Amino acid sequence: MAGPAIISTSAVLELSEPLPLDGGQRLEGVRIAYEAYGALNAARDNAVFVAHATTGDQHLASPHPITGKPGWWDRMVGPGKPIDTDRFYVLCANVIGGCMGSTGPASLAPDGKPYAMRFPVITIRDMVRAHVALFDALGIATLHAIVGGSMGGMQALSLAANWPHIPRRVLAIASTATMAAQNIAFQEVGRQAIMADPDWQGGDYYGTGKAPDAGLAVARMAAHITYLSEESLTGKFGRRLQDREAKSFGFDADFQVESYLRHQGLSFTTRFDANSYLYITRAMSYFDLEEEQGGKLAEAFARTAARFCVVSFDTDWLYPTEQSRKLVHALNAAGAPVSFVELSAPFGHDSFLLDVPALDRVVTGFLGQ
Amino acid sequence: MSGHSIQSRPDLALIADHVAPGARVLDIGCGDGALLAALRDEKGVDARGMEIDPAKVEQCVSKGLSVIQGDANTDLAFYPDDAFDYAILSQTLQTTLRPDVMLDELLRVGRKAFVSFPNFAHWRVRMALLWRGRMPVTRQLTYTWYDTPNIHHLTIADFRDLLAAKGVRTERCWFIADGREIGVAGANWRAQNAVFQISR
Repeated sequence: MAGPAIISTSAVLELSEPLPLDGGQRLEGVRIAYEAYGALNAARDNAVFVAHATTGDQHLASPHPITGKPGWWDRMVGPGKPIDTDRFYVLCANVIGGCMGSTGPASLAPDGKPYAMRFPVITIRDMVRAHVALFDALGIATLHAIVGGSMGGMQALSLAANWPHIPRRVLAIASTATMAAQNIAFQEVGRQAIMADPDWQGGDYYGTGKAPDAGLAVARMAAHITYLSEESLTGKFGRRLQDREAKSFGFDADFQVESYLRHQGLSFTTRFDANSYLYITRAMSYFDLEEEQGGKLAEAFARTAARFCVVSFDTDWLYPTEQSRKLVHALNAAGAPVSFVELSAPFGHDSFLLDVPALDRVVTGFLGQ
Repeated sequence: MSGHSIQSRPDLALIADHVAPGARVLDIGCGDGALLAALRDEKGVDARGMEIDPAKVEQCVSKGLSVIQGDANTDLAFYPDDAFDYAILSQTLQTTLRPDVMLDELLRVGRKAFVSFPNFAHWRVRMALLWRGRMPVTRQLTYTWYDTPNIHHLTIADFRDLLAAKGVRTERCWFIADGREIGVAGANWRAQNAVFQISR
């Protein structure tokens, strides 16, 4: 029976060289916080890199140090699980711009003060460039696979497009090659909520004893809705009232769904930095592999020999199947070996994190060959 | 279903026998991937597939095959010309919206194609229509007229006519009755299934 994953490393890598960024700047003293599970084999070819989503982190299958909850993909990663730590050396790193140990806006700039909004705007490719520096430092020239959902899928695609010799398998779940207008729009709502909070203070809230928690919570609430489906919200909450017999004729959280969202928003502020939220969502809204390739998405995959697997979910309206299909058509046009399946699951975009046995079978099968 | 399903499908066994080792193959409507897995494992073929049923695609992916969920009527358009040595369409031509367009697409993405289909001119089908006056339901054609996916029934003679009209070359053909290969004589009466290897 599958047990918990055995963590083999939890560390922070400090890059000796500055990291060049798409925006033209070079980021000094970059730190990359990562975790590893299982063992790297003698041929150093059994590494699987798992790229995390917008608000994820390196705590893939180990308890989160702040919330104490199991790792965000505990159900997928471990001995005998689809990403089998008995077989693979499984790596996960906090993206740059993040707030769980990798260099981000809360980190200290060379002048000893937090970067805050002086942190350079980064891209998905910049995040991946930092991951590649980690692979180099660990002596990993090729990955057995890179796996990611949502923003993690973007990183997987970016790695294949820009470092075509590194991944041998690319698994992009509930993701896209081009951030669509609707997604950009929702993230702008979140950023505006943060920046409208007076406690944001132009981003310079570190050390002031105040942080834009209200704004960040609203951002999380809005985003959280987009991760679910109408079906799952209705099933979970319906119009049921929260701890009361009748409506209050006030603005308390009368409905369970309101109470749930408020809780989601508030608890998020205990583990996430508002400025990181700004920078990471900005990186996502800039993500457009097609534009990066001069308008021909297929070109992005012309240089890699990697096998691809693209998975979407029928209730995911944030990264709908059509976006995966467009990616698959580009992969077909490039002649890449690609599998694609739209799985049926009720949980909306969050399906990739939740109990969907068909996803387990697809991940197992794709990584197994 | 595993490798056995190809043994129980003489048309697939014939196709598997005649694909060149190491070839690039696209199986359109590949089902659970039995043919693709056999081609990959026994002939080192670069095997790709397209299948409309997500549950079957999942079975294919779990076998490590490269199969995309897609509709052959629309999604073949996204493959470049000459992407494959062989395009395979087994027992599917009669379900497509435009079999003539499908034939063009097969021979655009593939240099050669294998097409297998049930022969609507088999004598049992003819008898059913002649004596019962009803659309035939046979062991080969198990659907009733109102729920059948076979929206473009065809005969071996019809298929030959279409190939001739399009100037498509028949490289080889095989005819099957009751699970066994039979000769060409009277095939349009005697064969339940036909397999054609064609090229531009």
